[in-house]
Amino acid sequence: MIVPVSYYLVLGAILFSIGVTGVLLRRNAIMVFMSIELMLNAVNLSFVAMSRALDSLDGQVFVFFVMTVAAAEVAVGLALIVAIFRSLGSADVDDAHVLKG
Amino acid sequence: MSAQFVIFGLLAVTSVATALAMIFSRNAVHGVLFMVGNFAAVALLYVLLGSPFLAAVQILVYAGAIMVLFLFVVMLMGPEPAPLWEHIPGQRPLALLFGLLLAAGLIAAVNVEELTGVPGIMSQEVLERLGQPTALAQTLFERYLLPFEVTSLLLLIGMIGAVVLAKREKHELQAERAPREGGAE
Amino acid sequence: MGTADFVEIVVKSLVIIWALLTGFAYMTWFERRVIARLQSRVGPNRVGPSGLLQPLADGVKLMFKEDIVPAEADRALYLLAPLVAVVPAIMAFAIVPVGPSVTLFGRTIPLHLADMNIALLYFLGLGSLGVYGVVLAGWASNNKYALLGGLRASAQMISYELAMGLAVLSVVMLAGSLSLVDIVNAQAGGRWFILLQPVAFLIFLVTMIAETKRAPFDLPEAEQELVAGFHTEYSGMKFALFFMGEYIAMIAISGVAVSLFLGGWRGPFAEQVPILGVLYFFVKLVAFLFFFVWLRATLPRLRYDRLMHLGWKVLLPLSLANVVVTALAVVARDTGFFGLW
Repeated sequence: MIVPVSYYLVLGAILFSIGVTGVLLRRNAIMVFMSIELMLNAVNLSFVAMSRALDSLDGQVFVFFVMTVAAAEVAVGLALIVAIFRSLGSADVDDAHVLKG
Repeated sequence: MSAQFVIFGLLAVTSVATALAMIFSRNAVHGVLFMVGNFAAVALLYVLLGSPFLAAVQILVYAGAIMVLFLFVVMLMGPEPAPLWEHIPGQRPLALLFGLLLAAGLIAAVNVEELTGVPGIMSQEVLERLGQPTALAQTLFERYLLPFEVTSLLLLIGMIGAVVLAKREKHELQAERAPREGGAE
Repeated sequence: MGTADFVEIVVKSLVIIWALLTGFAYMTWFERRVIARLQSRVGPNRVGPSGLLQPLADGVKLMFKEDIVPAEADRALYLLAPLVAVVPAIMAFAIVPVGPSVTLFGRTIPLHLADMNIALLYFLGLGSLGVYGVVLAGWASNNKYALLGGLRASAQMISYELAMGLAVLSVVMLAGSLSLVDIVNAQAGGRWFILLQPVAFLIFLVTMIAETKRAPFDLPEAEQELVAGFHTEYSGMKFALFFMGEYIAMIAISGVAVSLFLGGWRGPFAEQVPILGVLYFFVKLVAFLFFFVWLRATLPRLRYDRLMHLGWKVLLPLSLANVVVTALAVVARDTGFFGLW
């Protein structure tokens, strides 16, 4: 007997909510960024679960694309964080509220 | 209780525990490691879902490349000055409350007996015959060829963006080397 | 899965772990003896005949060393790091076929632990997980030399992983499979991929040395500038675990290289006499390990900017070009382009 798909979807929902909570809770840009990765990951899990349940590979292809987007996002995002850290001396998202570099 | 349920349960608990530990970790390096644990647990869930290819890619891309970059940046920045919340009054309880509400809403929405969707053609039997990487490659390069090419553009843009952002101008470097006066930025 | 299958998997895993640990012990002896010869010395020859019991003596000595955790270290991560350095290296060997199938107790037993159709991705993934052991050791020690060593290691391993992946990709395209078993089978009849893919072989050779952090790419532990790099603060068995990780990674990566480029266990009469296949595999593996040792005795360490230059501006473009040429050749082969001439 296999695990029903709704179990995976519930797990994905829980992980996604934890990611959202992390974004709301943390002020460190790195932690906020990682919470976003967690949300993407939760969505990926749901995609794979549904692709399995519906006998289709489209969901898995989407996971593939999400991973690519995540990689590009991380490259640019981390470069931004490093640049902000260099000019402000802090990675706190609340410190980055002035437009002057 | 079949073995699959037990494995699913263990992995589900691991992934939720590491995710919670990540958002509550004070030390960013610990946070990165909990995240790696979370990715590994989800990768094993992919294996359980009959998708070992995505599991390998997940480990390779997320744990092997993305999280190492995170670790790199965290180490370059050095230790963070301790806890970083409570900037906005009541942020912590409100964040937790909204998080719980969202979780409840989402669970209520997705906890369904049966999916209403159009079933595809890739049954387990077909996957066994083709091998999962082959089947995935066929879908990717036939149905999704254009999105695939666009993704390569996206990666290129990301690469250029990272280089431009991380590059230091010459005068900035000289300013850094010159003795700092008054510590002004 | 029946009980017999289960027993088979457990026995094979135990044999692999035992072989890798013994291989690690005797690799240290082998390296010291060979380097001594290359430098006109004798090397360890006091403990046992030709120094063959030296690894045992070393092990006993390391076990009785004082185990120190620096006061300001991140204790949990400091203890975790050596394990993270060893485990992926051991796991990587599971995909390497060391011989043809043998028949024992009326069962046909293939001489590899796992034949996955994603084996090479699994291998590359484990390789990238190996970075964590080094980086964590560097960070958790709370020592600037260790941290610098860890940062160097992560940058080096990320940079060279790309070229390695692309070199592997050209072989995968020729064989049409990600499974090492299929790749070895595709090299039947002496059609070794080193002949078809000499460029990929050279790139793999350079990147495998960089990935295992061996000389001349041993910048993460450059003793003249960084004391001992990421394992500066480690002593006793924890220190030994880092060495175990490094040497087992060498063995595993050599095993993959043999399967990818040198036909794995294949050779004359290997299919009729399985034990010959295992012997061929072993000889090829030792040839690679000798090469590692030889390089260490011969080449000076690269400068850091040279290392990055080599990885990003030489190996990466070269491997990309190789992938493109291979892809064109494969298309030409499959569409019968050469037949039209």
